[in-house]
Amino acid sequence: MASYKPTNIPVYPKLGEKVTEETLYWKNYKTPIQIKEFGAVSNIHFSPVTPYNFAVTAFTRIHLYGLLSQEPVKTFTRFKDTAYCGRFRSDGQLLVAGCEDSVVRLFDVSGKVALRMFKGHTKAVHVTDFTSDRYQILTGSDDYTCCLWDIPNSAQLNTYQEHTDYIRCGVTSQLNRDLFVTGSYDHSLKVFDARVDKSVMTINHGHPVESLLLYPSEGLLVSAGGRYVRVWDLLKGGQPLVSLKNHHKTVTCLALSSNGQRLLSGSLDRHVKVYNTTSYKVVHNFDYPAAILSLALAPEDESIVVGMTNSILSIKHRKPSEEAKETAGHQRRRPSYRVYAHRKSYVPKQDDYLVSKPVRQHLAKYDKQLKKFNVSKALDTALETWIRGRKPEITVAVIRELDRRGTLKNALAGRDEQELSRLLSFLIANLVDARFAPVLITAAEMILDIYQSIIGQSPVVDKQLLHLQSLLERELDYQKDLLEVLGMLDTMFASSLPKIELPCSGISTSNGLPQGQSTDVIFPYNKMQSRVFE
Amino acid sequence: MVEHGDVRVVHKGGSKINFREPALSTDSRFLLCASGESVKVFSTATEECLHALQGHTDLITGVLLRPSNHLQAYSCSLDGTVRLWDFTDGILIRWAKSNRVNIWCCFIYVWTVHLHVCACTELFQLVAVHLPQCGEQLVEAKELSAVLSNISSNPAASAFGREVRIFRCLEVYFFKKHKSYSFFLKKDNQKGGKNTFTCITCHPTEDCIASGHEDGKIRLWRNFNHRKEYTYSTLHWHHSAVSSLSGTNLLSGGVESVLVQWRYNQESQRDFLPRLGGAITHISVSPDGALFCTSHSDNKITIIQSCVKVSAVIQGLVKGDRIRTDLMIEPRSKALVLNGKPGHLQFYSLQRDKLLYNLDIVQQEYIHESGLEQFEVVMAAFDASGSWLATVEERKQKAPELELNLKLWAFDDQKQSFVLNTTISAPHEGRITALCFPHVSDGQTTMLVSTSRDGHFKAWQLAAPAHTEDEGPSWSCDFLGAYHSLVPECCCFSADSSLLAVGFQEVVTVWTPASWELLTTLSQPPGAVRDLCFGRLSCSKYLLGATTSRLLCCWNLLTCSLEWVTSMDVSLLLADPLSENMAAFCFEAGSTDLFVFKPGEPRPLFSHKALCSGRVTHAVFVPREVMLESCDEASQWLNCSHLYFLTQSMDLLTFITKAEEDKLTASSKQLVVSDDVAMTPFHLLLGKHRDHSAGINEVGSLTLRLNRFHRPTCIFLCSMFVQSLLISKEEEMESEKEEEDSDGEMESRISRPEHMPSGESGCAAPALTKEEVRELRRLKKLDHSWMKGLLD
Repeated sequence: MASYKPTNIPVYPKLGEKVTEETLYWKNYKTPIQIKEFGAVSNIHFSPVTPYNFAVTAFTRIHLYGLLSQEPVKTFTRFKDTAYCGRFRSDGQLLVAGCEDSVVRLFDVSGKVALRMFKGHTKAVHVTDFTSDRYQILTGSDDYTCCLWDIPNSAQLNTYQEHTDYIRCGVTSQLNRDLFVTGSYDHSLKVFDARVDKSVMTINHGHPVESLLLYPSEGLLVSAGGRYVRVWDLLKGGQPLVSLKNHHKTVTCLALSSNGQRLLSGSLDRHVKVYNTTSYKVVHNFDYPAAILSLALAPEDESIVVGMTNSILSIKHRKPSEEAKETAGHQRRRPSYRVYAHRKSYVPKQDDYLVSKPVRQHLAKYDKQLKKFNVSKALDTALETWIRGRKPEITVAVIRELDRRGTLKNALAGRDEQELSRLLSFLIANLVDARFAPVLITAAEMILDIYQSIIGQSPVVDKQLLHLQSLLERELDYQKDLLEVLGMLDTMFASSLPKIELPCSGISTSNGLPQGQSTDVIFPYNKMQSRVFE
Repeated sequence: MVEHGDVRVVHKGGSKINFREPALSTDSRFLLCASGESVKVFSTATEECLHALQGHTDLITGVLLRPSNHLQAYSCSLDGTVRLWDFTDGILIRWAKSNRVNIWCCFIYVWTVHLHVCACTELFQLVAVHLPQCGEQLVEAKELSAVLSNISSNPAASAFGREVRIFRCLEVYFFKKHKSYSFFLKKDNQKGGKNTFTCITCHPTEDCIASGHEDGKIRLWRNFNHRKEYTYSTLHWHHSAVSSLSGTNLLSGGVESVLVQWRYNQESQRDFLPRLGGAITHISVSPDGALFCTSHSDNKITIIQSCVKVSAVIQGLVKGDRIRTDLMIEPRSKALVLNGKPGHLQFYSLQRDKLLYNLDIVQQEYIHESGLEQFEVVMAAFDASGSWLATVEERKQKAPELELNLKLWAFDDQKQSFVLNTTISAPHEGRITALCFPHVSDGQTTMLVSTSRDGHFKAWQLAAPAHTEDEGPSWSCDFLGAYHSLVPECCCFSADSSLLAVGFQEVVTVWTPASWELLTTLSQPPGAVRDLCFGRLSCSKYLLGATTSRLLCCWNLLTCSLEWVTSMDVSLLLADPLSENMAAFCFEAGSTDLFVFKPGEPRPLFSHKALCSGRVTHAVFVPREVMLESCDEASQWLNCSHLYFLTQSMDLLTFITKAEEDKLTASSKQLVVSDDVAMTPFHLLLGKHRDHSAGINEVGSLTLRLNRFHRPTCIFLCSMFVQSLLISKEEEMESEKEEEDSDGEMESRISRPEHMPSGESGCAAPALTKEEVRELRRLKKLDHSWMKGLLD
């Protein structure tokens, strides 16, 4: 005796993006915390030491936030004008920031008043950074110059006047105290060595450079400007390695994930893209509500902080990992687990006679009803809210099975207003889905056949029928448009194909399904529509 | 069959086992069923076929246990004979032949007291045959007395009870009184009731008759000894015709394939055994009631324990009304593959004549309801290495609602079976007309081509998963081809898979699968191309096509020109995978002829006129396990492969050479001798006996005239018999004297064994144990009278 074969639920290919390990990793963040700042958030920088506070530069203030705090733990307000580029020193003790008023200020993270004021630039200073020996500061300004300052005696050490436009980004090397790179709106990147008076390398980015990033190994340099993110090999004399064009507006900020395996870029097009640094393919994408100006990742990727033009700071924290959860659950279960462990540890001896337990076949609710030939009940269970909403393919599979058994009419008939409206709402939700259309159109026709006589008796059902009608009209228009587009494409393909002497028609290397489906779907809809009009 | 040289057409396996109700032996150990021209004896425990009782020359129409001896069974056949068998050993005891010429036995019943067999003649009369009790093996049944006439030819419509015999339309015939009563049901057709009788059975001990009806009702008749005062009660569960009834606890079955057990006198209590397979055609119960067995329309016998649990399934080759798939050979197991149960493919071992397994293709619950359109497997194809199977299933023939599924199955080494890899729903908009894999000898197959009525052919490609997280490779569409919106009917890959030929009605297009370029077109109007086939090996430059205008064309692909053309109505064109030979089945004047030829040679290798009536549409070359080395010209083409084909009446036939046949018979003779020589425990026991053969050598004479009911196997006796004949004259005399002594009282023999062996062999043989002596005595009693025939 064969056991009952459950209804076959077809597995449809998942539409949209594929679930990969990357998406799982990058999706594993909580809903963002949003903090309103006083102005556009132009820079975010994490302190390199615990407790990994981060400095948020927005308008005339710099806020220091703790990793998990929602309120600033400290605020620096002594700026006359818009502050720029608040950065920590590698020991996390000092913070430097430029300002629209051309003065560079150096703060102690515990103090309030600036320790040093570096005056010398004539225009706004957008770039500040500490060199790796911790005693010098690099600044870059809109007056086309960049300078090195000595912290102890606040003296200007050197000035480089090589750029021909605003300097808007720069980084210092973490391995060599004399090296730094600046990027400018004159489309160029320049690598400077403090030991000589000129730049040692010039790289043309091709667009105004908005952001720069050095890899931890400092062999590769990443620059962002225009819609492009470009990677340069410094060891090969600034040879271009790869050019990424994945944003459709200016890329404003760059960040590296903690292990250096992923590169993140934020753009004015409101997306943050995550690239794999070996293949330079986009592996994940975050959407934000406004144009992104600044982006930073906490150590270990514990949180992603994004600043936007609408002066909102968005902080996403990583969800606690699964292992932590599991160990917690483990401890609770321990006593009962011991009991079972004892029973499970029994190993049958060689001459033991094993009595196998008959395996009970587990059937879904609708299958149980189908097995008993209760067709109406089977349809009812398949139309339960949860299944209907989450897994319409199950409901459709049950309808298809009923149709195959020739009992779909019986199952659909004899329903009251509530049940009928449930059916209709399911049809409205799924009728235009190309995967379900063939099955649901037969069902819809049957419903119209059966319930023709009661049209006009219930306002609920009438309303839904009208809705269904308008839906079909829209779908028809849509299909018509699609067919037109298809026709246009066909002529284009035909003209672009090289002339082949042999008379062969219709060669297309793509999957032929979409074409076919669109044509065979439209006719039933037509028929349906004419019926609904009646 | 027409004899043709030394190549003969023979039936090969797959006979029906569900034709008539099977019989269960009294001890429930054996199951006898009529299977073509032989009666097969199955073991109920192991499902194994123990032996086939052969001797009838036509279809066997009934098997019945002999009530007076539980080790014997009667069988009757359309050849007009009734035979009595000892089924444990597979020996024919007697057979009876009617003196009337045109008698067919349709079914058989035994009336215990008189020991006669009732058989049905062509006039549908029930006749009683008295079998005279005599020693002759062939008896002529002279006393034929017609009992009833105009009975139904369906055996289910008549039944024999304790003292009554009853027939269709409820005519009760009392055997003792020689009277018959008829009862009729009112034809109440206004309610749509179809109360035609379909089957009938009698309670074995009580006066109760159950009848099954077309409308699914069962009526229990009682008190039918009187013409007027009969009563009946109605049971109803089945939704359409009840096809079989049986047993003390009434068992019923029908099209729904549910066995229903009704408790006697408590008819509201029922036990069900659902989903048994095909429609139940017969139910039989073992005499002790321990086992039931049901025959199903899909050539299956299910053995069921009386606690309503299936214990064994004996499955024959399922031959539905129509085979939609081609005959195929699974490259791994060399099993024949074709449509089986609805929605399944069956894998049938030709060597062992046994169904290996069924592969569920549709994977849906089968609803037993007539008129319901079900998914059917219409096409299947294996790739060359047997690692992929492609199947097409379809439902509803009408074009707008056609449901099509293309499924691809990968062979799983662990499960040793095919596992579903990809399901493509609606692969084409029209019905699929052909499906083929390229013949890649090394490495993996990664392509499949399907042609469809929608005017396209599609190439499907096995693609690696796009993401590493996906389970594995799956198939997707790679290329969509068409030619002037003509309908492609057939496709074929060349031997090295570098070319694909697709027949678009009258035009054959040749494509290269590497770049999907159309290389050339060939055509031979008028008439659409029906079948395409590339030559193999040295003939691989030839492409053969059969057209609907009765032409067989051969194109040379090197010159792209027609090589030759001949006029024949080819219904099927096949290429032998191991040689250059091609087989063409031609339909000519109502029957099919076979031509076997090489594309490059003008003369056919073999031709066979009038192979069978009707068209042959399914045939297959089955590679041989061991190549033959026949040099005979007419049978040379059978060296590499067998050729099997299905006739219109669904008989599986094959060709056999004389040499092979000789070998077969020789090996069956060999079997007897070698069985005897084998070092089994029995041999050791026998060998010992043979050493002291003095005690046994009288067996030879004894065996010839003893009780025929306790006869050991032929093989066992044969050795004894031969042994006894080898003993010298005087020894024989001596032993005969001895036997005369011992004939009267057996006890004396037990005391004697000590001196007996020493007197004969001289050597120091060990004394016989008591058990051995008992064994010897038993042997002496055995009946060996049947040997007389052999000696004569």
